[in-house]
Amino acid sequence: MNAIKFLFAAYIATWVIHGVYLASLARRFSRLRQQLKELGKGK
Amino acid sequence: MKRLFPILSVLTAILLAYALYLALVVAPTDAEQGDVYRIIYYHVPSAWTAFLLFFMNFIASIQYLASRKPSTKTAAKWIVIAIGVGGVIACFLPQVQQLLPTGMRPSAVATTVLAIPAFYFLVGKFFPGELLDVLAVTTAEVGVVFCTIVLVTGPIWARPVWGIWWAPGDIRLTSTLVLWLIYVSYLVLRRFSNSAQTQMLAAALAVFGALDVPLVYFSIWFFRTQHPQPVIGGGGSMDPRMLHVLLISWMAFLCFAFLVCWSRFRLELLHREIEEEHAMESLVGARMAAKASLPLSRSSR
Repeated sequence: MNAIKFLFAAYIATWVIHGVYLASLARRFSRLRQQLKELGKGK
Repeated sequence: MKRLFPILSVLTAILLAYALYLALVVAPTDAEQGDVYRIIYYHVPSAWTAFLLFFMNFIASIQYLASRKPSTKTAAKWIVIAIGVGGVIACFLPQVQQLLPTGMRPSAVATTVLAIPAFYFLVGKFFPGELLDVLAVTTAEVGVVFCTIVLVTGPIWARPVWGIWWAPGDIRLTSTLVLWLIYVSYLVLRRFSNSAQTQMLAAALAVFGALDVPLVYFSIWFFRTQHPQPVIGGGGSMDPRMLHVLLISWMAFLCFAFLVCWSRFRLELLHREIEEEHAMESLVGARMAAKASLPLSRSSR
């Protein structure tokens, strides 16, 4: 039963790492889109 | 293409959920380790995906370096063909077969060797010019994410099975950590260096970094390590039901990695487009400033 903790810890850790990376991609996308919009306004 | 992405995302989510169900419910329990062995269904596919991404980074970096001069490009093309043909022939020579570790099939080695020219020409065809560099940074970053998962899930698995989190001096564990550090330094170089030579330096670093991948992969074949010996194709035996789940899990992670790479690739293209716009704006601003200062300098004479 104790070992099950490790199994779930590994699975949760995997999806936390993927989640953090996907969130960072989304944040970078929105920042770049904002910059692109500002560049468009400047023209 | 924009419509394809959400469809593929839904299909990948279904495949990942199915792989999770197979891993937790359908796959049989291991006689020695119990249920904790099920970490293999996330640990091993993540490692294979990271290796594949680093391999693609290596191929893209070689292509990028070779494409600087037409003569280098031609020479690289013939070297890659020679590696493919020579490697396949060598795999079937009795002298070379004696050197292969027990359980490693020459046909499997030949297939791996053939993947080098196959990937080289495919990458060159579909990612011309600067897109090679975009592909290189994409695969390195997503590869680091998968390698991080390997380094996190490995110790979590080791603790209940070995009684320790990490085995210092174990060549498989150490070489994986070194691989991760090399690619993290690759990303740091790309992030913080503004030199015109950054892309070339990063490509050269990636080529040296990729040399660690075979060391990581073959370390458990050639050395006695705390890490278990290979259970697939290495003379070990794995229950076919477990192998089936493992391969489906890998397929699910490959689809997921493909989608993440696709997003990261688009992000990099957008980033470069904005940088170009900024450069153009600066150029136009400098020209206008030069024009404006010209009459002033004349009138001051």
